[in-house]
Amino acid sequence: MPPLTSPETPPVLAAETRHAVSIVLNGKPRTGHAHPRLLLSDFLRHELGAHGTRVGCEHGVCGACTVRIDGVAARACLTLAVQADGRRIDTVEGLAEANEGRMTALQEAFRRHHALQCGFCTAGILMSLTDYLGRNPKPTEEELRDMLSGHLCRCTGYAGIVRAVMEVTGQTMKEVSHV
Amino acid sequence: MTATQTATQTVEIKGSPARGAEPVAAAAPFVGRAMPRVEDAALLTGVARYADDLPVKPGTLHAAILRSPHAHADLLGIDTAAALAVPGVAAVVTGEDAKRHASAFLVGIRAPMEHWCLAIDRVRHVGEPVAVVLADSRYLAEDALDRIEVRYRPLPPVTSIAQALEEGSEPLHPAVGSNLVNSRSFRYGDPEAAFARAARTVSVEVEYPRNSCTPMECFVVLADYDAAEDSYEVLSNFSGPFAVHPVMARALNVPGSRLRLKTPPHSGGSFGNKQAVFPYVVLMGLCARVAGRPVKWVEDRLEHLMAATSATARRMRIDAAVEPDGRVLALRMEQTEDCGAYLRAPEPASLYRNHGNLTGAYDIPNLALTNRIVVTNKTPTGLNRGFGGGQLYYGLERLMNRVAAELGLDPLDVIRRNLVAADAMPYRTASGGTLDSGDYRATLEQAVREGALDALMARRDALRAEGRLYGIGYAAVVEPSISNMGYITTVLTAEERRKAGPKNGAQATASVAVDPTGGVSVTVASAPQGQGHRTVLAQVVADVFGLRFEDIRVNTDLDTGKDAWSIASGNYSSRFAGAVAGAAQVAATRLRGRMAALVAAQLNCRADDVRFAGGKVFSDANPDNGLSFSRVAAAGHWSPGTLPDGQEAALRETAFWTPEPLKAPTDGDHINSSACYGFIFDFCGVEIDRTTGALRIDRYVTMHDAGRLLNPLLVEGQILGGFAHAVGTALYEEYAYGDDGRFLSGTFADYLVPTACEVPVPVILHRESPSPVTPLGAKGVGEGNCMSTPVCLANAVADALAGFSVDEPPSLPITPAKLAALIHPPEPPRPAPAAGMNEIPPPAAVKGGRGLTGEGSREVPATPEQVWAILLDPKELAALLPGCEALDLVGPNAYRAEVVVGIGPVRGRYTAEVALSDLDPPKALTLTGSGTSALGSGSGTGHVTLERTAGGTRVTYRYSASVGGKVAAVGGRMLDSASRLLIGQFFEKLVARAGGSAASDAHSARPPSLLARLLRILGLNR
Repeated sequence: MPPLTSPETPPVLAAETRHAVSIVLNGKPRTGHAHPRLLLSDFLRHELGAHGTRVGCEHGVCGACTVRIDGVAARACLTLAVQADGRRIDTVEGLAEANEGRMTALQEAFRRHHALQCGFCTAGILMSLTDYLGRNPKPTEEELRDMLSGHLCRCTGYAGIVRAVMEVTGQTMKEVSHV
Repeated sequence: MTATQTATQTVEIKGSPARGAEPVAAAAPFVGRAMPRVEDAALLTGVARYADDLPVKPGTLHAAILRSPHAHADLLGIDTAAALAVPGVAAVVTGEDAKRHASAFLVGIRAPMEHWCLAIDRVRHVGEPVAVVLADSRYLAEDALDRIEVRYRPLPPVTSIAQALEEGSEPLHPAVGSNLVNSRSFRYGDPEAAFARAARTVSVEVEYPRNSCTPMECFVVLADYDAAEDSYEVLSNFSGPFAVHPVMARALNVPGSRLRLKTPPHSGGSFGNKQAVFPYVVLMGLCARVAGRPVKWVEDRLEHLMAATSATARRMRIDAAVEPDGRVLALRMEQTEDCGAYLRAPEPASLYRNHGNLTGAYDIPNLALTNRIVVTNKTPTGLNRGFGGGQLYYGLERLMNRVAAELGLDPLDVIRRNLVAADAMPYRTASGGTLDSGDYRATLEQAVREGALDALMARRDALRAEGRLYGIGYAAVVEPSISNMGYITTVLTAEERRKAGPKNGAQATASVAVDPTGGVSVTVASAPQGQGHRTVLAQVVADVFGLRFEDIRVNTDLDTGKDAWSIASGNYSSRFAGAVAGAAQVAATRLRGRMAALVAAQLNCRADDVRFAGGKVFSDANPDNGLSFSRVAAAGHWSPGTLPDGQEAALRETAFWTPEPLKAPTDGDHINSSACYGFIFDFCGVEIDRTTGALRIDRYVTMHDAGRLLNPLLVEGQILGGFAHAVGTALYEEYAYGDDGRFLSGTFADYLVPTACEVPVPVILHRESPSPVTPLGAKGVGEGNCMSTPVCLANAVADALAGFSVDEPPSLPITPAKLAALIHPPEPPRPAPAAGMNEIPPPAAVKGGRGLTGEGSREVPATPEQVWAILLDPKELAALLPGCEALDLVGPNAYRAEVVVGIGPVRGRYTAEVALSDLDPPKALTLTGSGTSALGSGSGTGHVTLERTAGGTRVTYRYSASVGGKVAAVGGRMLDSASRLLIGQFFEKLVARAGGSAASDAHSARPPSLLARLLRILGLNR
């Protein structure tokens, strides 16, 4: 995993100044300005207007704000905007854009299996899965549930999500534990 | 969908004028099909717009709310000057502004208890709004919160139902004089005679905890005030019930027409909780008025967990008069409801929502009931998926289980023996409910069969033979849907109700319009929160007009200034499928009738013979000679003059539909509290780990009869979601408070929401007994498992613990710790304290869950006299105290200190009063301190002894402290390690100051390792 660390000697940024932050957002260069304490989630949503990334807890537990930073899933609420300067940020808006404007197989499977209701947690889950399935294309259900435990969903009970991913990876979900 | 099996049952539809008389379009109806949702594309691609995504007007101010760190305190004064001086701050709003421009909220009972959108002269729960900062950004507003100085005088907190009922408990609302704010007794049938003749009495006493469904999106309010028109315009993710709209308007001192409330196109879940945004609608309206600029507020997660809303806690005692075969003749119930600090609209909904179905799915004709409402120093309660049902059925179904246990009967047989019989439908319950349809016994037997109960029992036998702890539980409940707007008035006496005027019904609205191109749009006031209302309405209306699913556009964002709505509008009490989809069906059918009249002459037939199918409009007798739907639509707009006299061409229809059986409470307090009652029968197998006490749900079967299913895919989603909430309620989630009212569950690392690893997939079974009450025969379905599942799991735990002679399973949530305590013998006592500690008196016990205690000692290379001199010199002490920025002597051995302390994610500046006492130079002293900050308050006592040793002085200390407010709520897991760290820093400095190197011994306060801290954060190693 490429580390999200600062350079050897991180630049000293004045707290009261808005600094230019340039990222490659879903393949397109974007520049905005941020105080050093501005969260990446707020930067994406309110500075760049990329609202697809949702904010659910701002303390790193719920996973709703998950984006990919240089390909790796990360919590945008635990990342400062200035840390993202010069990096590639991928958000939910980019999934279909990168697929000739059509929803990806994973998005389609979410729709078929009713893997979302209010949809507030969905963007983060899709971004985590996109990273995870790239590294582990055929997870067992147990592995998948373990990975999904980094996300909270209050609507679905996770069943539709698991079913959708298992289908996309050419598997079936074990419905009932026994009997 | 393999877990879902459907069996249908034909139930005679008893006549009801409300039921749509005409069949829906003949060809392949969409209703009943598992249609994927129209909502999903926007949600999956990120373009959906929730409230926080909508544009704001230029110049909008961002609000941050200062909240009470005290559970109960007099509010003595607020100094906002320093906050106002922060650059970017436009205004600070306090209770004084509320008194000037707003009013207290209306309360649902007759009692002098005032609730304002901002605290006026007293705070009554941790997290109660005290002031609002309005600034150019949320970041700046939060900065300024720390600059507001509030003076409080703490009052004794009331933190439990038992305490609230105590004679001498400090009244939260002095004008009421008691924390028992309402009590009503009811008598139905002849319970005394039934108890007198019954073979025996079986009793159960249970408590239900506080918890909440915590939608992933928090509250959002955008408010603006138009001074020229004295009117408010607010956008909020408010879910309804819109009966609260008049409450908000009254609080803002305007008629409802001057509070234009809008809802966004998408909402990130509610489960009832977003009803509780309403005080903030008023608060932000007030802020916009005071500031003269638009205001935006987005609740953060700590605010939501701490102060948004909660399910009611309830203490319940039920006695049952039972026959030897388990038949229950009568119930005597006592329900005591903890509604928190204020009785906030629509409470006491949670207590009265199930009034018509208090006897559940059972034929029990005699009932005596006492309902009590108490207030406590906790967050006010409100709607929460299954509201009132989880509480009621926890008592009732535990009781039925106990009846079986005490009579030595099979619990399933006790359920069977008492279920309402099919031929008794519609069944009138003792308290006035009308169970509308269903064959409960057949439904139960179907579940037993299709859910393979026999195999589960064989599994239990096999596992028990291996010595494992395995239990099976059952629960049978009726699931009420479409609340009667009059049920809450059952809390009033008949006399009070007469004065107030009758309340009844559950008016649903829907508008259907056809535009000149033949496009059909549907608008409803159902305020969907993710359930897929747009999809279902498109199914319903497409069927009525014989159009394609995609031809129907549904708009669900609401504007009270323009759209049709009424007090029952909104998203609660599972009213969508029965009431709102039904109203859309009624509106579309009426509009279709009008279109038929428009073209009948042209088609040369009677209007009754005009058919709509396949996008065409034609005569039944001559299907080939038809018109396209869009042609008819165009005619309605372009040639209204061709209509016969007296006929309307308008291609827009708004239906207001109310369930006919919903009357006001009778003088005898009979109330049909809901329009429909579904039936649920659940059973499950659980295993408890003998070593750890961890509970595993091995198999869960849930059988639903929710009437006609409009979209089985969405129904399944509702059941799965409700089940997941119920698993959280049963096993993990609790809004925990310290004895002093401090809130302890302020993050999702403390308030444990189940993840994909904890929620199994239940077996879902269906039976369909259409409701005779609703236009489409549908009943509600989303809440039922929050009523049935917690007690079903508890019954299984009781069965698994049968060998441990415990009458009642542990209270919810049933955590491994509680189970382990029952399974294992008590732990041996703690070892004696280290030598040398005995002469130090133990610190006063700290009340509450976030108390800290610790002890240790350090070798310091200086004489006791030198150490003593350092400790008593303010300058020296200031240098030793971690984070101390100022220390002023304010009296003999008394100091005021400014200390900056960071605990976990929060950092705050405390103003602390520190005093030294019990001075015994140079041997011992006591250090007492208390501090307050924007992050909350803290207090503590430390005893320090100095003992001469060969190398210098051994400093031994023992402390106890308690911390409240934000630090306790979000940093609780880290308090112990953080305090050790701070004490460690203190001694490092003392050692350094005394001229030695930092030597430490076995009791040293070395910072815990990163691994240990991580484990603690994850809750693995507390």
